[in-house]
Amino acid sequence: MTTNESTNGYLVGSKLERMLKAGHFAVTGELGPPQSADGDEIREKAALLKGYVDGVNLTDNQTAIVRISSIAAGTILVQEGLEPVIQMTARDRNRLAIQADLLGAYALGMRNLLCLTGDHQIFGNHPTAKHVFDIDSIQMVKMVTDMRDEKKFQCGDEFKGIEPRFFTGAASAPFADPIDFRPYRLAKKVNAGANFIQTQLVYDVDAFAQFMEKVREMGLHEKVYILAGVGPLKSPGMARYMKKNVPGILVPDEIIDRMNEAGKPWAGKKSSEMTKEEKRARSKARREEGIQICIDLIQQLREIEGVAGVHVMAIEWEEAVKPIVEGAGLYPRPSV
Amino acid sequence: MITAEQKPLDEIKNLLGNEEKVLVVGCGTCVTVCFAGGDREAQLLASSLRMTTKLDGHPMEVSDVTVQRQCEWEYLDEIEDEIMEADVVLSIACGIGVQAIAEHFPECWVVPGLNTTFLGLPTEQGIWEERCMACGNCVLGVTGGICPIARCSKSLLNGPCGGSEDGHCEIDADVPCAWQLIYDRLAGKDQLDLILEIDPPKDWSTAHDGGPRKIVREDLQLETEES
Repeated sequence: MTTNESTNGYLVGSKLERMLKAGHFAVTGELGPPQSADGDEIREKAALLKGYVDGVNLTDNQTAIVRISSIAAGTILVQEGLEPVIQMTARDRNRLAIQADLLGAYALGMRNLLCLTGDHQIFGNHPTAKHVFDIDSIQMVKMVTDMRDEKKFQCGDEFKGIEPRFFTGAASAPFADPIDFRPYRLAKKVNAGANFIQTQLVYDVDAFAQFMEKVREMGLHEKVYILAGVGPLKSPGMARYMKKNVPGILVPDEIIDRMNEAGKPWAGKKSSEMTKEEKRARSKARREEGIQICIDLIQQLREIEGVAGVHVMAIEWEEAVKPIVEGAGLYPRPSV
Repeated sequence: MITAEQKPLDEIKNLLGNEEKVLVVGCGTCVTVCFAGGDREAQLLASSLRMTTKLDGHPMEVSDVTVQRQCEWEYLDEIEDEIMEADVVLSIACGIGVQAIAEHFPECWVVPGLNTTFLGLPTEQGIWEERCMACGNCVLGVTGGICPIARCSKSLLNGPCGGSEDGHCEIDADVPCAWQLIYDRLAGKDQLDLILEIDPPKDWSTAHDGGPRKIVREDLQLETEES
């Protein structure tokens, strides 16, 4: 028996794949590796997620800021007994580097992969860098699923030994422009071989339901597991910022109102006039409401046909995952 | 056409060093059309250099000449004498012109006065935009005549990414999203089918990634007499 796990009817046999295939509503989380060589920070964040999620996404130089690599962080997660979903962007690596790193990632025990285009480096801390974009996210999905299913490298050469087998995901931004094309771009990812999809943050459930209606019409929900992206808001300012500045995120006024309402006991007071205790109390009240909104969103999203799970993005606020998952009635996680 | 912009004067002065005789060489083609390195700019730059070096206390002797095309040997031959007399040649052609002078007159020291920026076109008076990256394998036939290599910030062949909003790119509200343009154009022509199929990884060997490129047209080559 080799280390090849493609047995028992699973493509890969990762926990995430088994959970989805069993029909359980899946929960994935996200962990942003540190901007230092501090492996303990990863271990501490992992401890907050352990048991509450089926897989943990490890970002790949998120927002083009240098961090511990997703595969290195994933190795720590494997050691800690969590299942990583390694993210791989097309920004920093060409087809040689991506394939080489994935061979290594598989050898190190990683089984889930999310293929991404990647934020432009202009947003990060090395805006003068040369980017790569040798292939795009859709071509990456095809490349890695061909490595798995056809036992071929991108150039067409066949594997002689063990092939890397990844349960392969891609992202979808249902509300980015041109909005009419988004379901078709999702279809391209499915046709490229994607097994699961994690979406951009959803706050507007009605708009997402419309997107899903088109997805069902195209039969895509039967070919791919769709995990809706959710994330707790920390403040009304964060909600307004995302609505205004982040492409592809819709935040309805109703949600901004709820966040405002949470801080109402302190309304009319400038931050400079508030005591430390008052600021702390207001922040706590807002964060609790942010978590409650997230729970409400999960429950609404769960009702939409074709939504196979949620991807909880609580970057730099990993403590929120436990109350969210518990509050949404998704704890304990089923064993598969 | 090739577009270019003049380097800052301080940088140019730095490149010229302490030489005494400077020849500014303009080019009558692309850089004339984009108002960066034609006859008029050559005269202006020569005059600026004379003035500023005089003020600095070590005046340079700066003259100027403009040829029709700096990228062809025959036009360069016309200015051989001027080039040979100069201590340093300041070429305000594109990077090709600068290299042509260095290659054609190995004894001369040539420095660039422009930054060659891109292959593009003037979209309106005073504005130039990039349109082509000379990848050597044109994809415009499937993208409705809009280049995703040059105009998408990530050169995506299966765009748009999630950063497209209100018609512009995530990097800057003034940069149109190439894939929104492609989508609109194909939708208008009832040709969206063209981008529903997955475009496979591009063969970049025809671009610079394959090494410096060369075209050989045997049909145009002059026959050499056998000795």
